[in-house]
Amino acid sequence: MLYFANWKILLICGVCALGVLFSLPNLFAPAQLAWLPSQIPHKPVNLGLDLRGGSYLLLEVDIAAAQTEQLNSAIDNVRDALRDAKIGYTGLNVENNAIVFTIRDQDRIDDAKNALAKIDQTLTVDIGSDGAGKMQFNAVATEQRRQQAIDQSIEIIRRRIDPNGTAEVTIQRQGSDRILVEIPGIDNPEHIKALLGKTAKLTFQLVDQSMSPDEAKRGRMPIGDEVLQAQTDRPDQPTQYLVKRRVMVGGDMLTDAQVDLQNPSGPAVRFRFDSAGGRRFGDATRENVGKPFAIVLDNKVISAPVIREPIPGGEGIITGNFTAQSASDLALLLRAGALPAPITILEERTVGPDLGADSIHAGAFASVVGVTLVAVFMILFYGLFGVFADIALFFNLCLMLGILSLLPNTALTLPGIAGIALTMGMAVDANVLIYERIREEMRSGRTMLSSLEAGFRRAFGTILDSHVTTFVAAVLLYVLGSGPVRGFAVTLGLGVLTSLFSAILVTRLQIVSWLRRWKPKEIPL
Amino acid sequence: MIKPLIVIRRVPKIDFMRWHLFGFAFSIILGLVSIGLFAAIGLNLGIDFKGGLLIEAKTQGPADLSTMRSKIDDLHLGDASLQNFGAPDEVLIRLPEQAGGDKAQESAITAVKQALGPGIDYRRQEVVGPSVGSELIRAGTLATALALAAILVYIWFRFEWQFGVGATIATLHDTITTIGLFAIFRLEFNLTTLAAILTIAGYSINDTVVIYDRLREAMRKYRTMPFRELINLALNETLSRTILTVSTVALAVLSLLLFGGEVLKGFSIAMLWGIVIGTYSSLFIAAPIIYYIQPNRRAIAREPTSGEGEGGRSSSRPAGGTPRAGG
Repeated sequence: MLYFANWKILLICGVCALGVLFSLPNLFAPAQLAWLPSQIPHKPVNLGLDLRGGSYLLLEVDIAAAQTEQLNSAIDNVRDALRDAKIGYTGLNVENNAIVFTIRDQDRIDDAKNALAKIDQTLTVDIGSDGAGKMQFNAVATEQRRQQAIDQSIEIIRRRIDPNGTAEVTIQRQGSDRILVEIPGIDNPEHIKALLGKTAKLTFQLVDQSMSPDEAKRGRMPIGDEVLQAQTDRPDQPTQYLVKRRVMVGGDMLTDAQVDLQNPSGPAVRFRFDSAGGRRFGDATRENVGKPFAIVLDNKVISAPVIREPIPGGEGIITGNFTAQSASDLALLLRAGALPAPITILEERTVGPDLGADSIHAGAFASVVGVTLVAVFMILFYGLFGVFADIALFFNLCLMLGILSLLPNTALTLPGIAGIALTMGMAVDANVLIYERIREEMRSGRTMLSSLEAGFRRAFGTILDSHVTTFVAAVLLYVLGSGPVRGFAVTLGLGVLTSLFSAILVTRLQIVSWLRRWKPKEIPL
Repeated sequence: MIKPLIVIRRVPKIDFMRWHLFGFAFSIILGLVSIGLFAAIGLNLGIDFKGGLLIEAKTQGPADLSTMRSKIDDLHLGDASLQNFGAPDEVLIRLPEQAGGDKAQESAITAVKQALGPGIDYRRQEVVGPSVGSELIRAGTLATALALAAILVYIWFRFEWQFGVGATIATLHDTITTIGLFAIFRLEFNLTTLAAILTIAGYSINDTVVIYDRLREAMRKYRTMPFRELINLALNETLSRTILTVSTVALAVLSLLLFGGEVLKGFSIAMLWGIVIGTYSSLFIAAPIIYYIQPNRRAIAREPTSGEGEGGRSSSRPAGGTPRAGG
């Protein structure tokens, strides 16, 4: 116990030196860091959003809505298939994640099954003997589509909130249908949330002029039509439109969209289709010259201009009641693409940069005061050995900061700072246990050296027990906790590990060196 | 050579066991009151757990709470609560969850900001949906229960089961009374508080383990000493350590409470209480319980002692020899 091999001494000193080296960047401001020689590590501790300011958003992807959407698009195929096979049906609709319908002629159920099975292999077809039919995506396809929807959502969210890929935005999948977004240092979370809140599904649909929307709503809705609300209430424009359900062209065929602030009729968005989309758009406009078509975003009509001439180049412009901001937002949304499913914000936590800075100061100040008080206390009660414990405490702090700086994906939060302060208080517990034990051994009449030896050896079991219990608590907090609590768990668990090293090895090495150098006759305890 | 200024020279001879029945009675009352309060008035749940909106605002000059309150009440967003948060110019506004999904929460925040007018710095805003809240409660409770179970399994491995029972009761006692403290003083119970409670549990077990370690050692050393005296001995021998460790941790927590800012206040209060009650429970509950469920002393005496005393492997090196530090 009172002997250290050379390699052990080197190792202990080396670890301490590394701790100091890697914790150093935290003492400097970013501007000063740039001046440091490149051999020295530059990475300071990654600060959590509650300390640097920023937004934490927990989003939920509405998978059920995505599925309904997919079934809605499959319903046209079902209609076509049954019509082609000349099978009569009623009540074709989407209900509870399934396409439901009733076959009129019960003799033709088998024909219907055959015709429908060809549509999509992932759709199961189930028709009862009474003609009641039901089509659903099978389990594999459902799961696959869920994965796809989440992956696609993550990609599109990234393109929306970080279009240039320069911000330090974290977007992670969480659980089966959730996405966690962390955006540091933003000052307008409302804008971000507005960007995320829109599905941004853009379609071009023909307006049906055969009757007014009111008439259609009163019960004579033409087949294949729907009534859509206008996006903005303006007295000079209709508030609702009767449009054909059939989509002329969709936003998925766009290749580019840019804001146009020079347009004489106010801010507008210029768009360009890909070649297939351009062809379809050209054909549709050619066939419908003189008729209005509705530009629909998320089931709301932005505007319904009249087609004056065919538009062959695949380029167009959307005008509406835009401000410069809303036009550039729409352009961004169109460039990023539509979300496969609507997103709801389950949880939002935004901290302004001022509060973050205040929290850092308060937390750091409290930690410094706490550590200083503990250090003074240790010297009061243990004299020179207290100094040894304090030196160990210093290296413990350096090691914690150094490891925190090195660990990727680990951020220091305000509760994390509390964890550091707390472990500093607890770290000296190991020293207290050892020193008290040494005192006891001395009282029981052992010699100085055997007291030291027995003190370290006998206190070890207790120290290990107490550290393991705290470590278990920290690990579980980390696994089950979220956000700031995790930050606390990280520093608490880390502190337990580093204090095991510093309180036992670093203190012992100091005592052994002291014994060798000064050859004291008694222990100052 | 720096000598310590304060030294507890002699092992005290306090008859802790004399007071243990008072301790039991006191703790039972405290525990029952806590459970009763929890059942009757419940906890002042923060938005982490019940969902809702929170806005922290900093005004120019001292905040006029009643004007702000009337402006917000005019919006009819439900039962709003306003309070000063640490400083006279900082206000914490809480609103209940708004009906109508995330868009409704959004517009409520915008409405509040508009109603309060310009010149206010919004330092923090949080929106937690009710489904998230109940999930957080579940995860938190699960974390606490699992942590306790894991720690107790560890103690059960290291010690005899009787010690495990004692540690469980003491830790449950600390957890329950901390919850009682939060119930009676209407302190906000949030995620950070939950972390504090888990830490308290860890600390309390820590404290108990140190005493149990010593108790078991005494059982091996003094095989005929009456159990009552054994417990007193173990408590007295570890008393100076107990006091010193409580003091250092309390110093750290006190500085957090005084200087760590408003956000950490609930955490610090819970920790401070936990340190006090955890120490008390180790002395007056965890240790005396062992008197009533005594482990088999012969079995403990027979156990191999890890790294312990003369029989240990380290005695192969002559104790008291010249220390060498190599090099």
